[in-house]
Amino acid sequence: MGELTANGRGDGETVISVAAISKAFGDRAALREVSFEAGSGELLAVIGPNGAGKTTLLSILAGILEPDSGSVSAPGDIGWVPQQAGLYRRLTVAENLRLFSRLAEVEEVEATVERMLEQTGLRERRDDQVGRLSGGNQQRVNIAIGLLSAPAVLLLDEPSTGLDPRQRERLWEFVLALAGSGTTVIYSTHHLLEAERYGDRLLVLADGEPIFDGSADQLHAAAPASEGRDFEAAFVRFLRERGH
Amino acid sequence: MRWLLLKDLQILRRSPLIVALLIAYPVILGVLIGFALSGDGSQPRVAFLNQVPVDEGFQIGGDEEGIDRGLAREELCSRVECIDVSTREEAEQMVEDGDVIAALILPEDLLDQLESLASLNPQQPIVEVLVNEDDPVKADLVDDRIQALITEANLILSQRISDEAASYLDLLIEGGSFELPLVGAFDVLGLRSSGEILNAVRADLPPGSEARPALDQVIRFADLAEENLDFALPLLGAIAEPISVEKTVVAGDGSELDSFAIAIAATVTLMFVTVLLVAGSLALEREENAYARITRGTVGVTGLLAEKLLLGVVASVAVTLLLLAALTPLVSIEWSRAPLIVLAIVAGGAAFAAFGAAIGASAREVRASSLLAFMVSLPIAFLSLIPSGTVSGGVFDLIEVGRALFPFDPAINAIEGALDEAGPAVGGALLHCLAIVAAYALIARVALRRFG
Repeated sequence: MGELTANGRGDGETVISVAAISKAFGDRAALREVSFEAGSGELLAVIGPNGAGKTTLLSILAGILEPDSGSVSAPGDIGWVPQQAGLYRRLTVAENLRLFSRLAEVEEVEATVERMLEQTGLRERRDDQVGRLSGGNQQRVNIAIGLLSAPAVLLLDEPSTGLDPRQRERLWEFVLALAGSGTTVIYSTHHLLEAERYGDRLLVLADGEPIFDGSADQLHAAAPASEGRDFEAAFVRFLRERGH
Repeated sequence: MRWLLLKDLQILRRSPLIVALLIAYPVILGVLIGFALSGDGSQPRVAFLNQVPVDEGFQIGGDEEGIDRGLAREELCSRVECIDVSTREEAEQMVEDGDVIAALILPEDLLDQLESLASLNPQQPIVEVLVNEDDPVKADLVDDRIQALITEANLILSQRISDEAASYLDLLIEGGSFELPLVGAFDVLGLRSSGEILNAVRADLPPGSEARPALDQVIRFADLAEENLDFALPLLGAIAEPISVEKTVVAGDGSELDSFAIAIAATVTLMFVTVLLVAGSLALEREENAYARITRGTVGVTGLLAEKLLLGVVASVAVTLLLLAALTPLVSIEWSRAPLIVLAIVAGGAAFAAFGAAIGASAREVRASSLLAFMVSLPIAFLSLIPSGTVSGGVFDLIEVGRALFPFDPAINAIEGALDEAGPAVGGALLHCLAIVAAYALIARVALRRFG
């Protein structure tokens, strides 16, 4: 797992552009003037404390929530993978893929299903009901459904939650391969090591406000100095220095 | 939308318990109601102990058509199913065991007492009733039934007695032959003939006869008596039956009890199956975390809602037709009206489906939606079956408002009207169902805003 690192992707053309989006739930501001861009094949990690607005941001990018102000511009499809697998447990893997392919109006349904079974390594489990799969395999199907329409941008909301280290390693192999093939991946995570290790760029949110946008090294540099190179400790010092 | 519907049917197919319930529930309900309607259950069972001697009869006056042991049984058992018993102990045991709702005991001297009603020394006949009042509802029913039986028996006897009294009066007025026990037959002159004889005698008297004034008095009395006794004849008829009933239907319909019972069975089935299925299926979309994924695509929230309504209608038609098919060997269903019946089921099913969607969208969890569906549906069904006149006017007005707001009443009217030509107007009920569909679909649509 140690050799899986960000490889400096993200130098391609811009595939998604977010301009000053804000969202409030009642009196509580969930997002304030968030703006960023992401290029083709880039891995963008969205991190921040609980309630920072990570899921709200991804939901707006996915089109599930409407922002109060601001805009999202993405010429291609945006695939969305929710934190909890949005699957029908009584349907088989193939039936789930087929159903969501039809709902996504994919042209060649059966070919797409076969491709996703191949890509996720679940061909032999195709006729198993999803409810009987392990959490890791369910997450693979969950991600595969987000990829059915071959989106230019894939949104992953806390993709490794509930997975053991081995399942996480397989997941990131899969995600890095996607990014390697040109898919832009924007993911939120609580695992700071995953952000540091796999994110080409980190977007730090706190109380709905974007307080950092740059690489893990830049975040280290921006945090108050300390002994050693502990990313988690550096992140906490960074937040504390900015009053969060 | 069709792919979502297929998906729901696929999921349903993989839930054997739910499928078994969906099939078994209407079949069992249909068979139970069918047996209830096709049997003799409409008449309560009463143990009947007749202690009147076999060869004894009773006549009032000279009436040849007297009342005997057989006639007494026939009259008393016309409204209940009489179970003949031979001893008082047997009657008591049957009442205690709940085999009958009551026991009716005719005493040995009943006919003598009845006969005495036409004598100078009348004795009130008494029949004995044994009841088991372990259940207040049953006790009320028994009281009502027995009271109705006794009232009917009293009415029959009153008519017999007044008929007999009228024949005596007629004999007094017109004259004729009369027979008494021990005395034998004798002639009665009658007031009319007496008057004629007196008038003839008066005509033969000399003009200054001293007997004339007295004779005139007797002639006037005979005339007055004849005239007034003539008036007494219709009066006796009125006493025998002081109030007669003329029923006019000013509201409601004259549909058969069978049609109403079948409509209730079908509507209850529709209600439970459709409301629970649609509410649960919608809530399941959220529990499976699939709701946001589906609605962000081409289907949309309205499309998902429409699919759930369609699922409810498909299940309604299948389950209700299954129920009617199960009922067919047991009760008469006019299958020539099948298109109208299907239309009523579709409308009722859609109304319940929209109601279920509103519940599912509000509850958001399968268990909560099932519980809510039961808690809301049952009182509505009970309210819809309360007949007018059994509660105060203000309360019934409130019930009427409740009926108008929920799908049970229009669905039962639509199905009853479709089953029976004499039932409620189907058109109005269908429109009511459509209004319910629109209203609850709107509520569900609003509730789905906070569903994701």
